[in-house]
Amino acid sequence: MAVDLESPSNYLTTRLRQAVNWGRKYSLWPLPFGVACCAIEFMSTVSSYNDISRFGAELVRFSPRQSDMMIIAGTISYKQAPILKTIYEQMAEPKWVIAMGACASSGGFYNNYSTLQGADHVIPVDVYVAGCPPTPENLLFALTQIQAKVEKEGLVPSADRHPGRVEA
Amino acid sequence: MSQKLVEKLQQEFGADILAVSSQHGDETVTVGKDKLLAVLSHLRDREGCEQLSDVVGVHYPDRDEEFEVNYLLRSWQNNSRLRVRVSTTEGEAIPSTTGIYKSADWHEREVYDLFGVDFADHPDLRRILCHHEFEGHALRKDYPIEQGQECSRPEHLFNDEDIARAARRASGMEPEVGGAFDEVHPSDLLTVNLGPSHPATHGALRVECLLDGENIIEAKSEIGYIHRCFEKEAEDHTWAQVMPYTDRLNYCSAMANNAIYAMAVEKMCGVEATPRANAIRVIVSELSRIIDHLVCVCANLVDIGALTNYWYLYNSRESIYECLEALCGSRLTTNYARIGGMSHDLYDGFEAEVRQKLDDMLVGNNDVMKLIARNRIFLDRTVGVGAISQEDALSFGYTGPCLRATGLAHDLRKSSPYFGYEQYDFEIPTGLDGDSHDRIMVRMAEMVQSRSIILQALDNLPDGPLNIDDHSVIIPPKEKVYNTIEGAMNQFKLVYEGIQVPKGEGYGFGEGANGELGFFCVSDGTGHAYRIKVRPPCFPIFSSFTSLVQGRMIPDAIATLGSLNIIAGELDR
Repeated sequence: MAVDLESPSNYLTTRLRQAVNWGRKYSLWPLPFGVACCAIEFMSTVSSYNDISRFGAELVRFSPRQSDMMIIAGTISYKQAPILKTIYEQMAEPKWVIAMGACASSGGFYNNYSTLQGADHVIPVDVYVAGCPPTPENLLFALTQIQAKVEKEGLVPSADRHPGRVEA
Repeated sequence: MSQKLVEKLQQEFGADILAVSSQHGDETVTVGKDKLLAVLSHLRDREGCEQLSDVVGVHYPDRDEEFEVNYLLRSWQNNSRLRVRVSTTEGEAIPSTTGIYKSADWHEREVYDLFGVDFADHPDLRRILCHHEFEGHALRKDYPIEQGQECSRPEHLFNDEDIARAARRASGMEPEVGGAFDEVHPSDLLTVNLGPSHPATHGALRVECLLDGENIIEAKSEIGYIHRCFEKEAEDHTWAQVMPYTDRLNYCSAMANNAIYAMAVEKMCGVEATPRANAIRVIVSELSRIIDHLVCVCANLVDIGALTNYWYLYNSRESIYECLEALCGSRLTTNYARIGGMSHDLYDGFEAEVRQKLDDMLVGNNDVMKLIARNRIFLDRTVGVGAISQEDALSFGYTGPCLRATGLAHDLRKSSPYFGYEQYDFEIPTGLDGDSHDRIMVRMAEMVQSRSIILQALDNLPDGPLNIDDHSVIIPPKEKVYNTIEGAMNQFKLVYEGIQVPKGEGYGFGEGANGELGFFCVSDGTGHAYRIKVRPPCFPIFSSFTSLVQGRMIPDAIATLGSLNIIAGELDR
């Protein structure tokens, strides 16, 4: 980005990619796929003390069509997996996914007949957050990680961001 | 009380009562399959057992009749409990008790799902926790815990026949607004899924509704989306290792789950926690009741459009979290109680901090009451919405604030005190109509009572040891473990082999934030549980949901669902 302060018309030059990504980064609309304990901590993150709006991500949307950052907050069971996949597919490009907590990342301490061993068995995940459940600070850190990722990205759909992953 | 009941039953049914046993203060009568309905009807109609708390299946692969099904009955009016037991084997159906108790519907479906026990004449015997493509029965002893089965697609709950029947029913139905319906054609009905990813379900529940306009003609609910196999995990771990799993049952009030589970196992071991541990359990249980009610009420109000209250109430919750985090290192999943005591004592300054935070909570609650108590929109949205009668509430197995909202002052802290609750002076707030409004108001009033209990407990906090002195139950202090061989061996055996809980059965229960939280434990005398069945308070409550909303409008369903406080973690376990 360059600013010409001498010019009477006060223009600045930038690249389209940078300008778009700057806008995207500070207006991530989260879709909380809240299923379990982590959803309560997501509520804490949104509430006034932790205030996710400081990071430009306070517009919580439950409609996948309106959101671009999915936060998988909770355990994904085999029964839930097809629904998670459908909702992810309904989100418009570009989109990012946070796997919040041990269960969404790996199944956590539920290694059993009903629990999917990580949401990444079904959909691609960008950032994994440790904790059971993670603290709001931890989730906000993950959000900044997504922002850092958004900043570096080109103007390409997210399918290209996951080379080598075959989406069924 | 219960013994008298058993004697009366024996007089009435004579040789049809096959066996009677008594353990840990609970009476069990065994009857034949053919006499089950007669005995349960008699108990309900003549002996005042108005509630079927739970139906518990147990699998004994070595027996001739390999499945045991226990019906846990409760009489609030006589303050007594009784267990009725039948045995069966594969292919032999047990008569369904859905005609006697409404709560039996879902409880029997669960036993069918997890054990494969068949119930004759059950109106809708389908799987409930596992998905519809699941093969086998997960809680049978021969089902491997790690054998997952993939699900390819969600199940449709209504078929064409159901829709046609609903349309016939809707013709001539009179909704609250707009006059009676004309002839309704099946194609007029719109199928809408509320959930499993929906802002107002606050967790993974699904209600499939057939709508005519905004009126719900018929609804069916489906659960099991976060079935995390608590009961199978409990069989796979030692008794003490189950503690962190209990945190994640009702994750809004984990401390209370910890304490009640610890009490249930202590009952099985025949030990009792020290007075100091009990007082601390009361304090943390009541704190968790407060934060549970806060999150329920604030979410309920958000659902009906009152967002400001969310910020006010959540601030109190956030500040109580600070205490809990300082106390046990975690905000939500606390893992604080231990079988035989607590993991550690209160920290310095806990008392002053809690007092301050409870005062702050009152300020927040008063602010909210000012906003809602006379608010026309709030009253229109909640008064008379989702109402249930006392009789239905009992039959559906309601406990806790939802039961008290109907006007019945039933509280386990008063009727069967534990943790020394009898020492504290508190009232049981009740409602009048059992509607969403009363449920919210009962919760608001209970928070004030909980505050009073905590203050009394802090004033009279007993000194003395925190943990019991029985090191076959609780690990010895670290000085002993590090400096003596006996201490090291003691810890080693307790951790590797687990607490050797004596053989037998016991039911430990208490008043969780949502109602009666119970743990039905079966031990075969080893360090691992043979079976632990959780009696989650919101499971029977949610089973009544569709009957509360059928014929009402979609916005009423949202207001009702929030006020029932369905926590998916304990619902699906």
